[in-house]
Amino acid sequence: MATKGKGDVRYLQPINVDSGNQKKYCRFKKAGIKYIDYKDPDYLLRFVNPQGKILPRRLTGTSLKYQRKLATAIKRSRHIALMPYVADNLK
Amino acid sequence: MNQYETVFILNPVLSEDQVKEAVDKYVGFLKEKGANIINKENWGLKKMAYPIQKKKSGFYHFIEYTVGGDAIAPLEVEFKRDERIMRFLTVKMDKYGIEYAAKRRAKVNA
Repeated sequence: MATKGKGDVRYLQPINVDSGNQKKYCRFKKAGIKYIDYKDPDYLLRFVNPQGKILPRRLTGTSLKYQRKLATAIKRSRHIALMPYVADNLK
Repeated sequence: MNQYETVFILNPVLSEDQVKEAVDKYVGFLKEKGANIINKENWGLKKMAYPIQKKKSGFYHFIEYTVGGDAIAPLEVEFKRDERIMRFLTVKMDKYGIEYAAKRRAKVNA
């Protein structure tokens, strides 16, 4: 009785071939930015997803200290209506 | 003496001199409290990201000043009482904020 073919290895889940994504870094620390201004919304829009929500650290890679400053800056600019609380096609 | 910056939005239906009168009122109020006004900016009529009091745009004004800490609470009461002001935000500047503001002022005035 032919034993089951050992050769045909079926992959159960697609093997991810990304090259182990490169090390994330905190862009504020690297650029030496010490203060995140709440008055220029176009800079802050980069840290917000198309719905207007603040992007999490695991995606942007920013350090905790600057993520907090970023969050307060975004909330302040939302308060003075420079940035929306909820948007659908922000980008 | 701490450094603060205040942004406030005025109702768009106001006429030009009403806007000017409102701004002068607050600048005068601050001077009365012994403030030293560093910078005043008028961002003009801007479209807002979401409507406030059913209005889609507003006159934005921005003031940077140093004043004693006890002048802020009465200032904010004035803001709340005045119905021409749709929204205001007063922020105390820390060390890096002051540095950033100086750089930004140089760029804006240059």
